[in-house]
Amino acid sequence: MSITHPAGLSPTVSAPDLVTGFPFPFPQETYRYSTNVEPAPGAVPTPTGQWGEAVVDVDSEYVHELVERAAILGRDRSRHAWLPHMDVACWDAMLCLMRELSLTRPEAMALTVLEPGVRPRYHWRNDLLGIDHTFLLGDPSTLPDEPLAWIAAQVQEDIVLLDQRDGVLYGDAGVVTFAADWSFGFDVGMSFLEIHGPVPRLHGEGIITRAHEFLKRLQPGETYRRTNWTLTIGRRLDVSTELYPEWGPDRDAVLLLDDEAFGRDVHLRVEVQHLIRLPESGAVMFLIRTYLLPLVDLVQVEHWRVRTADVLEELPQDLADYKGVAKYRHRTAAWLRARGDAGSAVAG
Amino acid sequence: MRRLSLVVAGIDDTVPAVRRLVLAPADGGELPSYTPGSHLVLDVPSGAGRERALANAYSLVGESLHPSTYEVAVLLRDAAEGAAGGSAWVHGLRIGDPVTTMPPRSSFAPVQPATRHLLVAAGIGITPLVSHLRFHARWGREAELLYLHREGRGALVAEVDELAPGATEHFHNRVSVLARLRDRLLEQPIGAHLYTCGPTGFMDLVVAEARAAGWPASRIHLEHFGLDDLDPGEPFDVTVGEQRFEVASGVSLLEAMEKQGYAVPNLCRQGVCGECRLDLGPTTTGVWHRDLYLTDDDKAAGGCAMACVSRALPAAGGRAHLEVLL
Repeated sequence: MSITHPAGLSPTVSAPDLVTGFPFPFPQETYRYSTNVEPAPGAVPTPTGQWGEAVVDVDSEYVHELVERAAILGRDRSRHAWLPHMDVACWDAMLCLMRELSLTRPEAMALTVLEPGVRPRYHWRNDLLGIDHTFLLGDPSTLPDEPLAWIAAQVQEDIVLLDQRDGVLYGDAGVVTFAADWSFGFDVGMSFLEIHGPVPRLHGEGIITRAHEFLKRLQPGETYRRTNWTLTIGRRLDVSTELYPEWGPDRDAVLLLDDEAFGRDVHLRVEVQHLIRLPESGAVMFLIRTYLLPLVDLVQVEHWRVRTADVLEELPQDLADYKGVAKYRHRTAAWLRARGDAGSAVAG
Repeated sequence: MRRLSLVVAGIDDTVPAVRRLVLAPADGGELPSYTPGSHLVLDVPSGAGRERALANAYSLVGESLHPSTYEVAVLLRDAAEGAAGGSAWVHGLRIGDPVTTMPPRSSFAPVQPATRHLLVAAGIGITPLVSHLRFHARWGREAELLYLHREGRGALVAEVDELAPGATEHFHNRVSVLARLRDRLLEQPIGAHLYTCGPTGFMDLVVAEARAAGWPASRIHLEHFGLDDLDPGEPFDVTVGEQRFEVASGVSLLEAMEKQGYAVPNLCRQGVCGECRLDLGPTTTGVWHRDLYLTDDDKAAGGCAMACVSRALPAAGGRAHLEVLL
């Protein structure tokens, strides 16, 4: 297979669109948790291209990642869970995601209301997966699968649905197959504040209560986003708590790799998280989209190389421990520093 | 803030003093779906006896999912009883007139895990509950409605009968609706939720009945029409940086600040929307909040107030003062 590379970039390990669309997450030289939400969508230019133009992003990994999600769900049904009162929110989420997909890929996907009314009839077409289907809102017998499962098989995003009652948001439904060191099956039914219980610094600084208040006031049709990040060894999307025995030991083993293998194996993992208030159920939909870029590709951009090294070196120990990068962040930073003289293709 | 441009596409004046207004997108495009119980905040221009522009909230009564129009039902309120003129403006609109509004806002949604929904409406308070009934009909939720209205003057009567056939009861005096409510409150399953909308005095009675029947506050939901009968309050003084001025009785902090030349973001001017929230400094003597927006914790902390309805509470010395931080 021959791939065309963006002008100015050397051949990359990743497909070109994974580099040009990479959401580099460090606006500052140091990283701390903050209530870093902004209105979405909106394109953010980067040295290689841009990201953020779509709420639901479809890239060259689309089919591959959906096959992986299906395999994970086939092995472990706890990655998909919902409490009974979330039935409306699941339909709501499905419709919203279909609409977003058709905005992202209008040539390949379209949601059409065939008959409006109390119980509308819809047509959904997704040419990328060969889906052409008509269904009735609220009638599960007109769908090939449960609404949330069906749409989760058509977006690369993980999905969590939060119900709001008595002034509190609860994570009461979702499909999460690409969790970064957490367990959706363990968290389902917990409040927003409980889910974030283990995160250091978040509570004492009032960040999480501010985020909670903000989310509670989100109105239908409003969409916001934030980013989060960590490091992951290998191009591994599923680093859930359930599979810790499989990937946990890599954090020690990676230190034994030579420099070339280290640069290919260690990835900067970025989550673009969208927050959307759904109209019919009033639920908040939380989308988590995971992007992975190996260090060898990251250093193509001088600014990315330097900034990532700065952040990793300065990161306080408690945050490094929580993010699971404590064992190899200094080697990662040193690796990035050592590439300084190699000459990056694109100036930051 | 984003606005929708609409035009009046239909008017129904069948019910005396209640105008049903159908609003369509001016450009013929789509309208956003909204959560049941939502309201529209209409921009009411100044003029025709209105000293300033108003922003009036009206519950949406039409189909909430993929709506082609937005519908509200508006009771004509009497200026002699203190109405600011928004409903008179609605009642003067004609087909084709332009109307601008914020997108629908939700603050009175059905509770998803409720095992059953008991709705109690009085008069024009039926409006937010109509879209609740549409939701329950669509999703097969168990619901019942007790509706108090004057005979022959009830809004949306045919609609609620159609949406909740066999589950709607009509009443024409308070005593009988409250007597029926007393029974119905005791017959709900565990996990039922109560929703009420109507005049404040009526809702107080509904809540009192529910509390007496042992219902926890978390299962009781009220939709206020705004605080239309606010006490004018005592005068108090305000500092904003170096500037000091007085807020007279019957004048809101928001109005006083606007007169001093401050542009305070605001929308509903009724203590509901949260737009005019102000931070307060430590020399504040106390806050009489009166809004429906801040949480109890916010109010207890005392560090903020809503300019449109909140006033200073006097300290022991009798001086009432707010220190506004901009």
